Amino acid sequence: MTAEPSPQSPWQAATITRIEKRTPRVTSFWFQPSRPFAHLAGQHVDIRLTAPDGYQARRSYSIASASETGGGVELAIERLDDGEVSPFFHDVAAVGDEIELRGPLGGHFIWEESDGGPILLVGGGSGVVPLMAMVRHRTLRNNAVPVALVFSARVWDEVIFRDELIGLDDRRDGFDLVLTLTREPARRPSDYSRRVDARMMAQAIKRLPKAPRLAYVCGSNAFVSAAADALIGAGVPAGPIRTERYGV
Amino acid sequence: MVTRGFFSGRRPPSDTDARIPPGQYLEQGFPVLSAGPTPRVRTEDWSFTLKQGPKPLKKWNWAEFNALPQSKMTRDIHCVTAWTKFNTPWQGVMIDDILADAGIEPPTAYTLALSFDGYSTNVPTKDLVTGKAMVALLYEGKPITSDHGGPARLLVPHLYFWKSAKWVNGLQFTERDEPGFWELRGYHMYGDPWREQRYSSDP
Repeated sequence: MTAEPSPQSPWQAATITRIEKRTPRVTSFWFQPSRPFAHLAGQHVDIRLTAPDGYQARRSYSIASASETGGGVELAIERLDDGEVSPFFHDVAAVGDEIELRGPLGGHFIWEESDGGPILLVGGGSGVVPLMAMVRHRTLRNNAVPVALVFSARVWDEVIFRDELIGLDDRRDGFDLVLTLTREPARRPSDYSRRVDARMMAQAIKRLPKAPRLAYVCGSNAFVSAAADALIGAGVPAGPIRTERYGV
Repeated sequence: MVTRGFFSGRRPPSDTDARIPPGQYLEQGFPVLSAGPTPRVRTEDWSFTLKQGPKPLKKWNWAEFNALPQSKMTRDIHCVTAWTKFNTPWQGVMIDDILADAGIEPPTAYTLALSFDGYSTNVPTKDLVTGKAMVALLYEGKPITSDHGGPARLLVPHLYFWKSAKWVNGLQFTERDEPGFWELRGYHMYGDPWREQRYSSDP
């Protein structure tokens, strides 16, 4: 839910404070809003770019960081070659630039500690971004809710947040990482090398102490459709499955 | 605020500019968005119910509903996620014709559209009647696919497209303007794309 103190414009300037390449196609940008806010894990912001003639382009981006980290929000932006906004970020945006931002937004694809668990997270490609905010929020809160993250990427080098996720997996604190690579062999013994399916979901659920209370699925439409059907095929009822799809 | 280095925006052709609401961009594809898994509703299990509050007024099965007069609407549609798609061709039953078949006038000023997956969205009744909205059964002349809301979806093209509820199975007339699924989660109660009413804090 957004509760904006009107009549202030909901848009505000945010300064890019840091840029870090995550994978060949995904780069993280940290934005420090002029009016800082706390956000819930899974929420997004809207970004608005304005050309000198007044033309504007806006897009929504999920927040990858947890509020606990402070220091603004991290957006992990995938370069879409035919895109309008993502190429600007990858090719032009620099530390110190001011960008207009609005948020935090979204009240459905969110996880709060009070939602409990266990939770099953299923991400395809950059669909992992809002799930990462949930994982980080849980970690930084020292929350013990059991979490399994099934993360599908094409290849090992496109696993966004890979080192951080493997580090969290190694803690054995109730967070379980399942990677599946669709165009390369699996690298870790517990991982897969195929598209998500009902059997993979059933095995991921077995890593949790009991059936998931909530499942979050994010990615392209094709991925989310396949993953949501796979969850239903693994016996998860539709009610607890929340989805977020990129438009295309 | 002008963004440093942002010049090459994908401006719409000037002859279509007036058809694109503020903050929207022109999309050639047809993106899919939804809050949960895609329900596969079989037409033999399908029904559509008009309700006033909890009280059913009339219910149709698939065959009965398809026997109602059908109309075509080709409209530009505008998703709150900022894409606009021109000239989407739909066929279905105008809300006016549903009400006529039920033999009623709209009993209240507000309506909740209800869906098979538990989704709901609120629309003022006046935005559904007088040729403004339909329950669509066909898109581009073919049955609407399940990911686009088939077998039947509401079509209220002059409002942001989340108001055009997928997998619709009824309309409920309400005394008050009751928020639906997304309206309870931060989205605007009315959702006029030309006034950019995306979120609840928008005027």
